[in-house]
Amino acid sequence: MTQLVILSGKGGTGKTNLSAAFSHLYHQKNPGQKAILVDADVDAANLALLLEAEELSKELFIGGAIAKIDPVLCNGCGRCQEVCRFDAVSSQDEKFVIDLIACEGCASCLYQCPENAISLNKQQAGEWYISETPYGKFFHAHLYPAQENSGKLVALIKSRAQEELENSGAELMLVDGPPGIGCPVISAVSGANIVLVVTEPTLAGLHDLGRVLETTTHFDVQVEVCINKSDLYPEGAQQIREFCQEKGIDILGEIPFDLAVPRAMNQGQPVTKFDPQAQSSIAIKGIWERLMTVID
Amino acid sequence: MKRIAVASGKGGTGKTTVAVALAESLSVENDQIVLVSDCDVEAPNVHLYLDPDFEQSKDVNVLIPQIEEDSCTGCGICSEVCQYNAIILLKDRPMVFPSLCHGCGSCTLNCPEKAIREIPNQIGILERGIGNENIYLRHGLLNPGEPLTVPVIAALRKWNDGFSPELEIIDSPPGASCPVVEAIRGVDFLLLVTEPTPFGLHDLKQAHQMANELSIRTGVIINRDGIGETDIQGYCRENGIPLLMTIPLDRKIGAGLARGDTLLEIYPEYGDKFRALYKEVDQMIEEAVGL
Repeated sequence: MTQLVILSGKGGTGKTNLSAAFSHLYHQKNPGQKAILVDADVDAANLALLLEAEELSKELFIGGAIAKIDPVLCNGCGRCQEVCRFDAVSSQDEKFVIDLIACEGCASCLYQCPENAISLNKQQAGEWYISETPYGKFFHAHLYPAQENSGKLVALIKSRAQEELENSGAELMLVDGPPGIGCPVISAVSGANIVLVVTEPTLAGLHDLGRVLETTTHFDVQVEVCINKSDLYPEGAQQIREFCQEKGIDILGEIPFDLAVPRAMNQGQPVTKFDPQAQSSIAIKGIWERLMTVID
Repeated sequence: MKRIAVASGKGGTGKTTVAVALAESLSVENDQIVLVSDCDVEAPNVHLYLDPDFEQSKDVNVLIPQIEEDSCTGCGICSEVCQYNAIILLKDRPMVFPSLCHGCGSCTLNCPEKAIREIPNQIGILERGIGNENIYLRHGLLNPGEPLTVPVIAALRKWNDGFSPELEIIDSPPGASCPVVEAIRGVDFLLLVTEPTPFGLHDLKQAHQMANELSIRTGVIINRDGIGETDIQGYCRENGIPLLMTIPLDRKIGAGLARGDTLLEIYPEYGDKFRALYKEVDQMIEEAVGL
């Protein structure tokens, strides 16, 4: 079983379009086999928009807890404010109140309150779904705006996807990762065999590629790179090739800037399905075939 | 001081392009003291455009517990009170997992034997200096492999050397969850940058709802206009969000930004456009203060 995660560091380099195209290509090549698909970018979950996803089930995601002070019991001593390291406690009319946005649910105040006036309340922070798509079962989620614990939600949907992988006998889990290198990225990469980093030939793309590669060294995972919009700035693409060569990483392929990609997005389809003859589709197919030989 | 943040929901829509263009347009012409805080500490890019000499840096530490074996009785209270599973009891000995620790200090306060000492665990650094056009820049860098983004952003926003700019522009991380919230809490105005694609609209909605939760006023900038046909303007109209600027899809802009040029270097006329935008935003901020 293979678990492939698509990352980028910098946002907007094409992770989701590539993930959708890979889902389609895998299905086309192995009609009897379906992949398990995961959208691990739970703050800005867009893969569903390209997969004709039909929701099979929906569950609530309970995130971290938040402290609450009972104003009747509060004696105004201020001990909670003293111990809070997240600036989440403020005074109001000789009582104290918790800032729901700043509170990290550490419960430090709860244990220190001499009046036992503080309780912790679990928060409903989002929803997660299993959907059916033409390309396989799809695990995705929606973290409510301004919520915490995106890493925990990613870990949750990945563990459900893993169960499905084991029960269904599927060979591949394909994970569309979040941008950046922090908590949700670390959750997305945990358990993966292969990471494909999709970068772009810009100074920012190269800078953030470097940070992703430093992050993946903390995991026992094989890393491959491809360059999207590679003709946008040829010198930049060359810098990426040189950078990867120094690191001993192969570049699996390069995808030219192609308006077929946003057109496919507008139609809610993977670009390889929408227009198989488009320049970008041909390039993505090449990358996918090379990736399959790496996996085998 | 006024504070304006730039956010997007979706990554790669042009937050940094807008933050830098706004800073440049105001710093050059109006001679304002402008500070840019790059709060995208996982993937900070503003310095690539402003090219500063970083003169100062500072470590970001989370205080993590260190247990003194001699005094520890193995009672397990530290593990019980920890909400992040960062202390696990193994054979009556507490074991600390630093990357899970949020540094709240609750274990230390609750240890009956006073057997816990807190030691700094470095998870990132902050840097600041002066870049092109006399723009002050500060940014944070989360160490690769560390999961906790929020403490680095919080430390960056608190890093004060007594210098008071007239305007702070905050370049926020993508998304709509806790790192973005930490970056934009308490700002006077939020610029939402999007593109006219289904992804752009979907994520704009997330970011706009986040701003509403935080009671922050917003305005929208449509970037790469022409790349798709999604009706961003319709969403703005229906929700009463002012559409402040439209930047077309233009290969010259894309190639210039890729090279490290700023929008104002590629098309100087954006200087006037961003000054006009600032005037409009400033008026909305003043009106809100008057309410």
